[in-house]
Parts: sequence; structure tokens; C-alpha cells
Amino acid sequence: MALVELRNVSKIYHLGGEEIRALDDVTLDIDAGEFISIIGPSGSGKSTLMHILGCLDSPSKGTITLDGTMIHNASARQLASIRNQKIGFVFQFFNLLPKLNVLQNVELPMIYSGISGKERKERAMAALKLVDLENRSKHRPMQLSGGQQQRVAIARALVNSPKIVFADEPTGNLDSHTGEAILNLFYKLSKEGRTIALVTHDPEIAAVTPRRIEIRDGKIAKNVDNKLAGLGGTSKFVIKE
Amino acid sequence: MNLFNSILVGFKEIWAHKFRSLLTMLGIILGVSSLIGMSAITKGMENGMKESLMAMGGVDKAITEEQDVPAYQQDLADSAPGRTMRDVYALKNSASLLRLISPQMALLPAMASRADKRIRPSELVGVWPAALEMDLHVLEHGRFFTDLDEEYANPVCVIGTAIRDELFGDPDEIGTEIIPLGQTINLNGQAFRIIGMFQRYESDVDKKAREYARLHPAKEKTGPKRSKGWGSGRNWAFRRKNLTIYVPLNTMWIRFRSSGTGTNGIPNPKLSDIDIKVKDVENFPEALQQAKNVMMITHNGIEDFGFQTQQGSVENINAAIRNARMSGGIISAISLLVGGIGIMNIMLASITERIREIGIRKAIGASTLAIFLQILVESVVIALIGGVAGVATSFGLVKLLGQLSPTDNTPIVTVASMIFAFLCSAAIGLVAGIFPALKAAKLNPIQALRYE
Ligand SMILES: Nc1ncnc2c1ncn2[C@@H]1O[C@H](COP(=O)(O)OP(=O)(O)OP(=O)(O)O)[C@@H](O)[C@H]1O
Ligand SMILES: [Mg+2]
Repeated sequence: MALVELRNVSKIYHLGGEEIRALDDVTLDIDAGEFISIIGPSGSGKSTLMHILGCLDSPSKGTITLDGTMIHNASARQLASIRNQKIGFVFQFFNLLPKLNVLQNVELPMIYSGISGKERKERAMAALKLVDLENRSKHRPMQLSGGQQQRVAIARALVNSPKIVFADEPTGNLDSHTGEAILNLFYKLSKEGRTIALVTHDPEIAAVTPRRIEIRDGKIAKNVDNKLAGLGGTSKFVIKE
Repeated sequence: MNLFNSILVGFKEIWAHKFRSLLTMLGIILGVSSLIGMSAITKGMENGMKESLMAMGGVDKAITEEQDVPAYQQDLADSAPGRTMRDVYALKNSASLLRLISPQMALLPAMASRADKRIRPSELVGVWPAALEMDLHVLEHGRFFTDLDEEYANPVCVIGTAIRDELFGDPDEIGTEIIPLGQTINLNGQAFRIIGMFQRYESDVDKKAREYARLHPAKEKTGPKRSKGWGSGRNWAFRRKNLTIYVPLNTMWIRFRSSGTGTNGIPNPKLSDIDIKVKDVENFPEALQQAKNVMMITHNGIEDFGFQTQQGSVENINAAIRNARMSGGIISAISLLVGGIGIMNIMLASITERIREIGIRKAIGASTLAIFLQILVESVVIALIGGVAGVATSFGLVKLLGQLSPTDNTPIVTVASMIFAFLCSAAIGLVAGIFPALKAAKLNPIQALRYE
């Protein structure tokens, strides 16, 4: 059984009588340990898919199983707990809390899972070490560069040891050099055995991931467009093995 | 997320918006301090009124009064006997529920004089020694009347301090206290020897003020000395009591009334008052009925008398206090309500400002309940800080009110009112926080994250 199983998932918005199928009958499996990129033109439904996978949104139709739990009809409370325990989410705009310092930001998910202060701090520091930012723990997010902020966000996503990490255009707001560093970080995490799914516009990034999915008009495309998917697996990005 | 954490977050949030939070708290501060202030005023009023009530003789006292005979007895009006010593002896022998009977024979008009000084006493009455307890008098100097005084109708009197003040000098003005025992004064033209003087009756507040004035003498007053008239005493009940002159009942009869002084030359054995006190306040109505039955016999069935009790005043006082409490309560409730609305308003503004933060918190696993509690705790913390500040402010407010208050009843702050007001502020924070907290908790994470 795959870690994530989507069966005939649709997300339908109704706007003034008009029906918008942001996702249209998507069936998809993600196995534990996979490193997937999701590509597709703007408005094709990538973020919608990510939100549904990340339990931030629920589908209009279809079934989803995550780590053996059916989440398409879970209650708000169960979803909150799944988001907290099993899922790490990385956003394009970092989404750190500006009033908290780096350490507190990373600690936040553990506060909601009721972990004691001491353990919280230890694990947050360990996660910061993983992204190489342990010496910035007392800084405010605004005092960090974009790439550093994104690394804090990744540390926060990892701190509760989730089953899977979803990243919606994690490099979309960064220059290509910083983006490369983030991509390397994901690659490293993937090599350590973490399951990662990331959305990107950038074919060069898609080229790095072992598996690529393309979405067009809310559907998973049969064949991945080679141009979009990084010219068949060569990338300008240098991956440090 | 435990409660302590939430409270800490709440404090930080408030600290981050100090000025805004202060303005919000102002409503609660005003509400709480006005609640405490109002209750302090009412309490002060209550005490003042009770003091006055005691000065008038307490609640177990009843005064018989002369009344027109009822309509159906109109033909008997001429033979109405009025209240006399017959009633007194009958009551003494037969009314078992009474503890104290004090006949009084007043002389009107009355005038006390010494050399060129004269004063109109509030009452010049002949009494039995029972009057001492009846009117809650305390004899501070000298002695009260003996059986011999009564028997021989001795020309002796016991006076209140205000009489002394007027005829011999006010200790506050001349600096030393004169105790005029053995001195002779004129009462309606007859010489009387002073054998006793009551204590000075005054409210606690006046007493304190007087003692303060004695310890910190004010500068020499200039200008003509003003006489202390009826209105100058801050509390007429006390002033009136200090202006009393008592003589033995028999003295009054023999020396004034039997010769017809003040009654157009006709001897008048009628008593001006028969005051009674009941044994047990619980049986007040029964005791009154018994006294009435006895007096109906001595009055040959003619109902030319009635009873006047303090029960009415007690009810009046209680009603006045109830009213004051009610209006004070309404005012404080309104200001607390306004404070609550202020808190709700600021919490709504605060969550609108923090929609994105709430979205982020939800995205990383904050449950609906956790968000709800976070906002609620913030609201309660604001209200509680406001409550504490309000309690502190109330001390100043009460001081101010004490200075401004028209009565001489100093407001009294009670701990109970402080605790109550504080709990009120907590409850208001809770209630005001519920709606914003619900609103925040129900936010959809995706929409919240998209919010700019
Ligand atoms: N709340 C909504 N109400 C109505 N339509 C929506 C809503 N959210 C998304 N959509 C529509 O769903 C479709 C897919 O949107 P989505 O955000 O998933 O695209 P995307 O692939 O992430 O695009 P981009 O690459 O530009 O981020 C779009 O047509 C969008 O207009
Ligand atoms: Mg998108």
C-alpha cells in the first residue's frame, strides 16, 4: 500500500453558476521515500492538489488515504492533528510568524502537539542544525534572507518528523542561486529517506527529481512534457551528492 | 498548547500593542472602579443612615402619639382622656411584652438661659430614668435623677453638650472643656441645678474630623463669631440630641404643668410622650398590639392614640439603599458593558490583523479549539489587567467621591465589592472574547493563508 493514495479526486468550485474543476478525477499514488515534482502551467491545479494532499482543504469528490488513514471525510480536528503529526508543509512565501524568533517558529508545531518545553527546544535546535541555521535561533525572520527564511520553514516542516513533506513552489520566491541551495537541501533530505513532493514551475528543478507529474487543466497528464520536465533529466542545477 | 503558554502569548500580544490595549482597558477600568465606587458610596450611606437611626432611639422603640379619634367615635371625642400617667402605670403592670416604658412631659415653648446667653433646647422634658435607655443617652458627667429628685420634684436637670456649648462655651472655641456640674441655669424662668451632662453625640465622620482639627489646629479664625443655628450641624439628628434638657418628671409636673405654665393657666396632666421599647424585636407587632389593648382600657375604649415606630424609617432606609444600589449597579453595568464592547471590538480588529498568522498556525496543526482558546485567553487577559487597574483606580476614585459626596457618609470600600468587580471584569473578558474567538477559530486555513 502506498503512503498516499488518491482515487478519483475532484475539486470543484462554483463561481456564479459556473463550475470550475480545479482538480478533475485525479488518481495518484505516492510511495514512502519518493521524491516527486509536480509541474504544470499556471492555474492547472497544482496548489489545489497540494492543499488537498496537505489536509488544508478537502476534496469535492474521491477518496484519499494517507498512511492508512482516510482523510477525505475526516473531521476538522482529525485533520488538524494529521497536519501536525504526519505532514510538513513548505510555502512559497515562507509563512513564518514575524513576532516569534527563529527557534520559536520552529517550536510552534510541537506546541500544538503538547511536547514539553525542554524537548521542544532540543528538537527545534536539531532541526535548525539540519538546515544549518542553529546559530540564528534567536533572530527574527525579518532579519534573515529569503533563502534562510525558507530553510527555517523547512526546519519547521521537519520538526515533528512527518511522513511526508509538501512544498508549494519553495523556490518560487528566491533567486536561482538560493533556489539551488534549497533544492540541494531537499535532495539531501530525500536521500536520508524522507518523502517529499514539491510543486515547481522550473523545469530545471523538475529535472532533479526522480519522479515527475504534470498537471493540465486539473488532470494528470499521460505523458510528461519533456520540455517542461527539464529536457529529460538534465539540469543546470548542480546537485551535491 | 497549554494554558500558561496561551496566557504568555496573550500578554505578549497586549504588550505589542500597548497604547491600543490601554485604550481598550479604559472601559473596563472605568467600569470596575465605578462599580467599586458605587458600592462604597452605598455602603457609606447605609452606615450613615444606621447611625442616624440609632441616634433616634433604635428599632425596638415605639412612640405613642396623640391622634384624632376615628370617625365612628366622633361623638366621644370630648371625653378622650389623652395620654396620662394612668396609661404608664397600666402598661407597666399589664403589658408584659414591653421592656421599657418612658413617659415624657414636655414644656413648650422652652428656653434655657444663663446670664445674657440663651438657647432654645430641642426639648425640655420631664422624664423617668428610663428615658436614658429609651433614647440611647449616655451620661458622661455627673449623675441622673434619683427617686428623691422625683419625690421632691427637685429643680435639677441633665443637659446635652450643645446646651453647655451655648451657655458656657464650646470647647472647640475656648480651648478647654467646661463641665458645668452644680451650676445653675434658668429654664423658663426657674432656676435649675445641672447635675449631669450627656456625652457628645456625633457621627463617626464628624468625630474624626473634630479630633483631626484638635490635633492640627487651624489658623485663628477672623471675623465675627457665628452662632451655631439649627442648620449648622452637619447631621440634625445628632445636633437635636445634643440640645436635650431632661428634668425629673415630677419636677416638670409640679413646677410647670400643674401651675399651668405654658398651658394657658390650666393644669394639664397630659403626657407629651409615652415611649416604649419591646422585649424582643421579633415580636414587635404583637407587643404593640398588647400595648394598644392595655391603653384601650385606660382610655375607655376611645382610640385617641396611635403608635409611631422606626420600622417605617428602617424600611425607608432600606429602600433608599436599594435604590442607590440599583442605580449605581446600572451605571456600573453600563460602563462595564461598554468596556466589554470595546474589548470585543479590539479583539475583532486584532484577529483581522492576524488572519494570516491564524492560517499559518492552523496549517501547522493548531486545532480549532487551540485558536479559540488563544483568542479567548487574550481577551480575558486584557479584561483582567483592566480589572486589576480598575481596582487600583477605585481607591483614588473613592477618595475623590468622599470629598465630593454631599452627605457626610464617607464611602467605604469593601473587599467583597472588589472581588465581585474583579470577577465581573473576568466574566466580561470571557463573554466579549467568545465571538471574536469563534470567528478566528472558524477561519478556513487556505483562505486565511491567502489573505493579504
Ligand atoms: N477558492 C477558489 N475559488 C474558485 N476558484 C479557485 C479557488 N482556488 C483555486 N481556484 C481555481 O482553481 C484553479 C487551479 O488553481 P491553483 O491555485 O491550484 O493553480 P496552480 O496550478 O497552483 O497555479 P499557479 O502555478 O499559478 O500557482 C484555477 O483556475 C483557480 O482559479
Ligand atoms: Mg499555485
